[in-house]
Amino acid sequence: MSDQAQKLGVVIVGHVDHGKSTLIGRLLHDTGSFMEGKLEELKAVCARRNVEFEWSFLLDAFQAERDQAITIDTTQIWFKTKKRNYVIIDAPGHREFLKNMVSGAAFADAAILVVDAKEGVREQTKRHAYLLHLLGLQQITVVINKMDMVGYAEERFKELSKEITAYLKGIGVTPHSIIPIAARHGDNIAHKADKAMPWFKGLTLLETLDVFEPIAAPVDRPLRFPVQDVYRYDEIRYIAGRVEAGKIRKGDVLTFSPSNRTAKVVSIEKWGSKHDILSAQAGESIGVTLDQPIFVARGDIASLSDKAPVLVNAFRANVFWLGKKPLKVGSHYKIKLSTYEATVTVQSIDRVISTDDLSRVEKDSVDINEMAEITFHSRELLALDPYQENAKLGRIVIVENHDVVGGGIISSEGLHDMRHVLHRTQDNLHAVDHLLAPAARAVRNGHRGAVIWLTGLSGAGKSTLAMRVEHALFSRGIQTYVLDGDNVRKGLCSDLSFTAEARTENIRRVGEVAALMADAGLVAITAFISPFRSDRRRARDAGGQAFHEIYVKADLQTCEKRDPKGLYKKARKGEIKEFTGISSPYEPPEAPELVVDTTTHGIDACVEMITEYIIKTIRGDLRQNVSSLAGKVSA
Amino acid sequence: MQDYLDDLESRSIYILREAYNRIKPLGMLWSIGKDSTALLWLIRKAFFGRIPFPMIQLDTQMELPEVYEFRDMLIKKWGFEFHAEMCPPEEEMDQTLPPATRAASRKTQGLKNLITRDKYKGIIVGIRRDEQAMRAKERVFSPRSFDGAWDYKDQPAEFWDQYKTEFPEGTHVRIHPILHWREIDIWRYTLRENIPYVPLYLAKNGLRYRSLGEKNITTPIQSNASTLEEIIAELETTKASERAGRTMDHDSEDSFERLRRSGYM
Ligand SMILES: Nc1nc2c(ncn2[C@@H]2O[C@H](COP(=O)(O)OP(=O)(O)O)[C@@H](O)[C@H]2O)c(=O)[nH]1
Repeated sequence: MSDQAQKLGVVIVGHVDHGKSTLIGRLLHDTGSFMEGKLEELKAVCARRNVEFEWSFLLDAFQAERDQAITIDTTQIWFKTKKRNYVIIDAPGHREFLKNMVSGAAFADAAILVVDAKEGVREQTKRHAYLLHLLGLQQITVVINKMDMVGYAEERFKELSKEITAYLKGIGVTPHSIIPIAARHGDNIAHKADKAMPWFKGLTLLETLDVFEPIAAPVDRPLRFPVQDVYRYDEIRYIAGRVEAGKIRKGDVLTFSPSNRTAKVVSIEKWGSKHDILSAQAGESIGVTLDQPIFVARGDIASLSDKAPVLVNAFRANVFWLGKKPLKVGSHYKIKLSTYEATVTVQSIDRVISTDDLSRVEKDSVDINEMAEITFHSRELLALDPYQENAKLGRIVIVENHDVVGGGIISSEGLHDMRHVLHRTQDNLHAVDHLLAPAARAVRNGHRGAVIWLTGLSGAGKSTLAMRVEHALFSRGIQTYVLDGDNVRKGLCSDLSFTAEARTENIRRVGEVAALMADAGLVAITAFISPFRSDRRRARDAGGQAFHEIYVKADLQTCEKRDPKGLYKKARKGEIKEFTGISSPYEPPEAPELVVDTTTHGIDACVEMITEYIIKTIRGDLRQNVSSLAGKVSA
Repeated sequence: MQDYLDDLESRSIYILREAYNRIKPLGMLWSIGKDSTALLWLIRKAFFGRIPFPMIQLDTQMELPEVYEFRDMLIKKWGFEFHAEMCPPEEEMDQTLPPATRAASRKTQGLKNLITRDKYKGIIVGIRRDEQAMRAKERVFSPRSFDGAWDYKDQPAEFWDQYKTEFPEGTHVRIHPILHWREIDIWRYTLRENIPYVPLYLAKNGLRYRSLGEKNITTPIQSNASTLEEIIAELETTKASERAGRTMDHDSEDSFERLRRSGYM
């Protein structure tokens, strides 16, 4: 039965008006796929409405589409050749309809890129081609349409072929073929246009499609069985899901990620099966029962232990953005990764890609319909694969306010497996030593801990800067906290007076607490005058590598003029004893890591300088750190 | 080895399990026809023999007697939760609709009443993309506004088996687990799995029903296919549209669209 043979999904993309719908109408007609009466019906409608018949009307089932003469949504259309069945996914070319194109193209095995012979390569031609690449489509054929409008000239065809080949090469796509056609007249679609284009010796479009193969289920890959749900019926616990890659066998010992627990497959269940099922492979929806009552929940990934997915806190993805609100650094999104859902923070926008010339665009947000390389960070460990290794566990969709606003494929770059770390903590629960190296916390947080020690005169701007910087860091997904006189004097130092000794002790405690915070992975910002070098040196000793001194500089006159709390006035009157700058010295830092001068720079500029400095120091070389950690742990 | 019916089946099971996990309360419209009965079978497959949510018939009391007979037989045989939702009378419908479409819109109203009263968040419906051009535009998880309206111009992105499963208050979602099946696939699957069906689909005296609507708006087609094998053979060659026997679709070129936008299945 030819009808029962395999089915191939084909997506047709290209710039608006280059002839996609016409091509589909023609394909259907030339393969004899129309339901009886459909063509006549539409011709009648056209006559009644007094418009010229277009092949594309066959697809435009909606009134709205006929009115606007653009295709609105993904439509699936069936036809067949002698070889097999086809489903065409009609992807619209209108710019804001990228969403629908993605929804269609994601189901395709192969793609036809339509280019108008007269207009040539246009913006959407490039954008769609890039997206096909991003969606992992490899079987692509290009058709140069409307050859009738350029007099069926071989020269024009060659010229355009060159241009499109060059562009596709730039994005790593090699088209299967380039075919000159005229959709309106059916040239080189089902029938060879020997009269019009005798110079063309290649396959027709239909012959080309017949050469393509359906994308096969990844049966020969390592097992991936994401848990979809857990049912308990009649005392039996069914772990339900679909095998997404590889094979699962009765008797296999499964490792569940991220929990890292293991259990053996007692049975593979399919309702109504008359025989004992020994194995199931990629594509099958099944249930399994286990020998151990280990906790298993939706989102867990079962694999074999020697070929488990990586467990990471950060990953980089090639993202296409469909959201009306731009994607921004520091924003939180829900992602769906197979059946798992997690909250992630945008750590950085590494590259926004201009589809026009594939250049890198410097931007700190990604707008609707743009594509970008993004580094995401998550608090929980995520079990995933690079897209190249396993598509099903190597792609995410991004959700914001109930809607899918983007999709991305995960790059193999910068994935650092944390499974060893996890292993070790579980095996050694009795141990007292910290089993977690600071680098492990750093990888989870996406940054190292730090003590940012602001020092300067009263009124120099330390508190204001500290609060502003804290906010700036927080919105970038950084764990941070400000220690200042107000919050430490309330509890930690409530027993201290304001004598010289008490002030020194106050600074000592702040230094120690800040160091602990940094060790715990936070960026602790302190805002104390801390006038004495010896006190600050002690804080530096406590903080070690993580300590950064920032001198908030402003001359005394300026500070006195600002006098936000009226303290200088009181000090001048002698109401406050040993006031720094008036009745007690301030020892400026000799080698601070950073100086910001608030008399010559505005507050915004200073906030930016400090924030930039901090991010550079806490995020730089994070990857290196992790590799050395991995080495340490497995050693 | 997986054959193509296994692939279709596996995908439907996946969708059903997603719906059951993400959306509560859930109900299914069982029209008692071939598609939704095959879907009912798929539910038993997905949930290891269970039917874990109610089956609902939007009843106009205008179905053919064989349909009611089959319904009562299957409820007894498989034992599942069933509810017949009585649809409001035709006089209450929008009188500007063409007459046959007006009759169909009784079901739309019945569905609205059901959702308002029983607060369903998800309604599973056995429609297929190949039935009708407009249905080809559907998503698997298709959100509806409070009054059931479908905004086909602004549908959610749907790819990589990730569906829209979050909704604002006051809306619900239609779930279409067999959207990707074709008429011929349903029959092949019914034959393979030995799924029961209403005998009206088989030809008697040169006539058979290809699609079962209410008796006032559906007519049989000319056919000699009196077994499932013959139906399948017939479908392999026919070019006539499946819904040709439904009066409503011919009333005007836009009536189906108007119906669907306002909440019809
Ligand atoms: N001359 C000529 N016109 C064509 C051909 N193919 C498409 N067209 C016309 O180009 C216009 C846009 O085609 P359409 O299929 O709607 O483009 P879409 O936006 O890509 O779907 C219509 O007016 C078509 O009739 C062709 O091969 N030759």
